[in-house]
Amino acid sequence: MDYVAALFTDVLELHGDRRFRDDPAMFAGMARFEGQPVVIIGHNKGKDTKENIARNFGMPYPEGYRKALRAMKLAEKFTVPVVAFVDTPGAFPGDAAEERGQAEAIARNIQEMSRLRTAAIVVITGEGGSGGALAIAVGDVVLMLQYAVYTVITPEGCAAILWHDATRAPEAAAALRLTAKDLQALGVVDEVLTEPFAGAHRDSDAVFAEVRDALRRHLGVLRQVSPEELVNRRYAKFRQLGVLHETGAPAGQSR
Amino acid sequence: MLNWLRRPKYGSLQRREMPAGIWAKCPRCSNLIYRKELERSLRVCPKCTYHHRLSAEERLAITLDEDGFVEFDGSLTSADPLSFVGYAQKLEEARQKTGRPEAVIWGEGTIEGWRTVAAALDFYFMGGSMGSAVGEKVTRAAEHAREARLPLIIFSASGGARMQEGVLSLMQLAKTSAAVGRLHDAGLPYVSIMCDPTTGGVTASFAFLGDVILAEPGATIGFAGRRVIEQTIRRKLPDDFQTAEFCLHKGLIDMVVARSEMRRTLAGLLAFFGGPRLEKPVPEVAAPQGAQT
Repeated sequence: MDYVAALFTDVLELHGDRRFRDDPAMFAGMARFEGQPVVIIGHNKGKDTKENIARNFGMPYPEGYRKALRAMKLAEKFTVPVVAFVDTPGAFPGDAAEERGQAEAIARNIQEMSRLRTAAIVVITGEGGSGGALAIAVGDVVLMLQYAVYTVITPEGCAAILWHDATRAPEAAAALRLTAKDLQALGVVDEVLTEPFAGAHRDSDAVFAEVRDALRRHLGVLRQVSPEELVNRRYAKFRQLGVLHETGAPAGQSR
Repeated sequence: MLNWLRRPKYGSLQRREMPAGIWAKCPRCSNLIYRKELERSLRVCPKCTYHHRLSAEERLAITLDEDGFVEFDGSLTSADPLSFVGYAQKLEEARQKTGRPEAVIWGEGTIEGWRTVAAALDFYFMGGSMGSAVGEKVTRAAEHAREARLPLIIFSASGGARMQEGVLSLMQLAKTSAAVGRLHDAGLPYVSIMCDPTTGGVTASFAFLGDVILAEPGATIGFAGRRVIEQTIRRKLPDDFQTAEFCLHKGLIDMVVARSEMRRTLAGLLAFFGGPRLEKPVPEVAAPQGAQT
């Protein structure tokens, strides 16, 4: 993970979920950010095909999510902030993953992260693929790179289901409103981080500087907030997402 | 109290799946079943025990005591926040088809006198998909249970997140999971029942977060779809993959409960958890194989 190497020092990687195995598609570790301790979790893709295959293209199994949860609980125990880097096409859709409880692992992570008694900052750096992304993305602050995407389903999958035609993916991509700017407008993303023209890989140092600056600012603010307040605010933040329509009687009325 | 909950019109609902008439054809064993017999057996095939899918109304009607169900937020529906192509029309069609405004019903009722908050998702309404309104109602059900100090029971039947609401539907996973998390923190019981089918985003949120997780026999339960998995692993999956029985064997759920036993099982759980009970419990109306209408 380039972000880990570029932004943190004294990195100690943690391995395994203590139940089944160590999932190379998920990173977990302890480190320092500008001298202060943090716990890092994040999807781990490769940079070339060989590495990508080894890391399952950043698609975790349940044990990957359980490793991340273990790291989050460690952060909570020592009241150290969590920094989560999201970059996955989604949770791995395989028979072994299903058998070991992929859905339960994601659900558990979402629930536990929503009530984690320490600060959590999420950075969506590339692909935010549905539940597989959300499982480490219930943060106090959600940041997103300018050209990253975050979506409930791939445009290909969406087009295949709606129109039985995966080639209409561009149409679905537009309809899904999955860009950083769209998501900020919907209230799902708090801040969009500028990328160089045509993407982060063109000038990675500029992107690292941008992310570092954002982390510094938000960590500085969140460190002042009590765990109770963090949990309450985080609940309220996700609680209000969604657009509703009321026909007739006002909300909460029985009849 | 609503009349439709007391006397579900099975006949009109069945026409969706089966030819109208005195006889119904079981989709699994293809046997012809006398329709009245099928209704008496809570729409479980007497020949092969196939559990026909139920609407949310039917589900609550056969589960809860006959009197005293109060629905909340009956008029709350999703908007079309992304102006997604064709979504408004699909919503309208679903409303016409089901006569319901959204894919979930929640409220307060009793089971053998035990008070509970109950919700049921409706697969007939856009595949029971979870958009903003479904997420909101499930969240409100959990919050209401917490405030009223009542247990929560949710029947799931859903294909997952409602993609026509984009990432806002994904955020309902966070909202609902957080809400049942607060219920757990408050020391209140939550029983999740997975009906056919319970897949995708609903499994990756509240459905798998119950203190006790039940499933109906033969229900499809899983995160990723069978076709997607087969394409990914380039192998054919066994027939029983992602069934309730498979999930039980793999340790993912607590019990597989036949429809005829569901009410009794839930009453037993509520009794165990020691929730509030009405002073004069409604006499039990459900005989093991009998309908309650």
